[in-house]
Amino acid sequence: MGLSAGSVDTTQLATWRERYPRAFARTPRERAILLACGFALAAFVVFCLVRFDASPARIVNGMERFAKIAGALFPPTPGEAFWDLVKAMLESIGMAFLGTLIAAVIAVPLGFLGARNVLPIRLLRFPIRRSFDFLRGVDALVWALVYVRAVGLGPLAGVLAIATTDVGIFAKLFAEAIENVDRRQVEGVRAAGGNAVKTVRFGIVPQVLPIMLSNVLYMFESNTRSATILGIIGAGGIGFALSDRIRAHRWDEVGFIIIMIIVVVALIDFLSHLLRTRVIKAGGNRPLVLAEDTAASRAPEAQGVPR
Amino acid sequence: MSASVQVRRFEEEFARLRRRQRIQLFGFALLFLTIFHFAAEFSHFTLERLAAGLPRIGEYIGKTLPEIGFVSLIGDVATWYYGFLKWLKLLGDTLLIALMATLFGAVGGLVLCFPASRNLAGHYSIYFAFRRIAEIARCVPEVVYALVFVVAFGIGPFAGFLALTAHTIGALGKLFAEANENIDERQLDGVRAAGGNWFEVIRYAVLPQVLPNFTTYTLWRLELNIRSAAIVGFVGAGGIGQELYQAIGLNYYEDVSAIVLMIVVTITLIDLACEKIRHRIIGRESLQWA
Repeated sequence: MGLSAGSVDTTQLATWRERYPRAFARTPRERAILLACGFALAAFVVFCLVRFDASPARIVNGMERFAKIAGALFPPTPGEAFWDLVKAMLESIGMAFLGTLIAAVIAVPLGFLGARNVLPIRLLRFPIRRSFDFLRGVDALVWALVYVRAVGLGPLAGVLAIATTDVGIFAKLFAEAIENVDRRQVEGVRAAGGNAVKTVRFGIVPQVLPIMLSNVLYMFESNTRSATILGIIGAGGIGFALSDRIRAHRWDEVGFIIIMIIVVVALIDFLSHLLRTRVIKAGGNRPLVLAEDTAASRAPEAQGVPR
Repeated sequence: MSASVQVRRFEEEFARLRRRQRIQLFGFALLFLTIFHFAAEFSHFTLERLAAGLPRIGEYIGKTLPEIGFVSLIGDVATWYYGFLKWLKLLGDTLLIALMATLFGAVGGLVLCFPASRNLAGHYSIYFAFRRIAEIARCVPEVVYALVFVVAFGIGPFAGFLALTAHTIGALGKLFAEANENIDERQLDGVRAAGGNWFEVIRYAVLPQVLPNFTTYTLWRLELNIRSAAIVGFVGAGGIGQELYQAIGLNYYEDVSAIVLMIVVTITLIDLACEKIRHRIIGRESLQWA
């Protein structure tokens, strides 16, 4: 950087440099470590490329073919099947909707069972929570593959696949939301003479319902995205049309379908975002609990208060 | 005003509120049922189909479970996992795909994110163009990229690596750009006032502020990429997914459960490790602020 020399005393600078060498440059040790890291990284990349069979010839050939494909995507055309594609898209959205709905309905009781303040017995809660993790850990596409073998090709396999993964996600999120409720409202209902059902209905449900709803909406949004690709392995929706066109090398139609997916996903994102902000406002600005930041955002004092 | 009048007014007000709530609820229920009806219609979803399908799923999953006797436990597990070493190698490939894609995706995202931030791009048209590129790249699912790259580059993990990289560049580019837009602008002014050019502004004013965010986003992306790397194999893009797809296709029932279990265990372990690292980074950051 161009600092003007007149403003700095050069002899002073030398003493500072001697006293705090790390403020001016990296020490030789640090430089050596950085260099070693760089070499290790480069070695790793080369190793991976060799393992992936990525010879220069293959890369060049692939690039050429990819450039041809990318060029052939334009201009995108629906072919003769515009309305069929719209129907397939609606099928995908329908799959996402039903899958999310079924999962949410199943997950509500499971969420209560997995919550520490509802089911204080650790020995029972532990296997329940781990089974949520298992359902979550297997991707919807894997479930879809299994379900396609079990119930045949078509959207039913897709609906069930989305539902299975989401039961795990929702049950975990709902359980965490229930664990984080404000105890004072629960105690208030009980002090006014409410029984167990009334405690849940008037003490817990009003607090967790907005969180549950916004989670469900968020997952619907994300499921629309998965539903567009489930068809690739035969579980119904637009993905089937897409993989069909790709295998037949009808690239202009592929371009059309991809653009369609992007537009629809963006539209659903927008609508769900709008609805979610409304739901959250109705729930009195409670923080939204997402899959990624549940543990981090949990207030420490709200954790583990068995009733 | 006497107390009884006040009570009556309260009751009236309350009744009106309840009525409005009921009408609203009814409206939402109607809307919901309409959507439900259409969703069921479009996806050919009926209760009969569901009832017919569920037992078959139970049957299928039952078939995939291995027979493990209590006495012959070790031998049974060994038979179940007869392909352990082969699968471990393929799982290793899947991890390599995810790691490489995260690495290249992070580098690509880093290059893309600065012109895609409103406060750093200079001109609005540059910001607009790069931001849209990131968003579009992120909108296309990995599996779709994989399908295309398998056609272009041939079957194998290289196509999977490219597919995940393309998606990751978009996803991280957008997240990074959003982080860039939330920084303290005064530091930019500081470097600019000292005569720094655009690259020096990025290096000395932006990066120190956003690097912790970038790291946590990248780690989070790594978790997602490991899941996706297992998936892209279904369309021929290498790794354990390809093996799983074959096992399901050829009805090697017990292999299916063995491979799925291996994938789930791996994903869980890596999630836990990433979470630990992320919390350490976040923890150190909050210590610095204190």
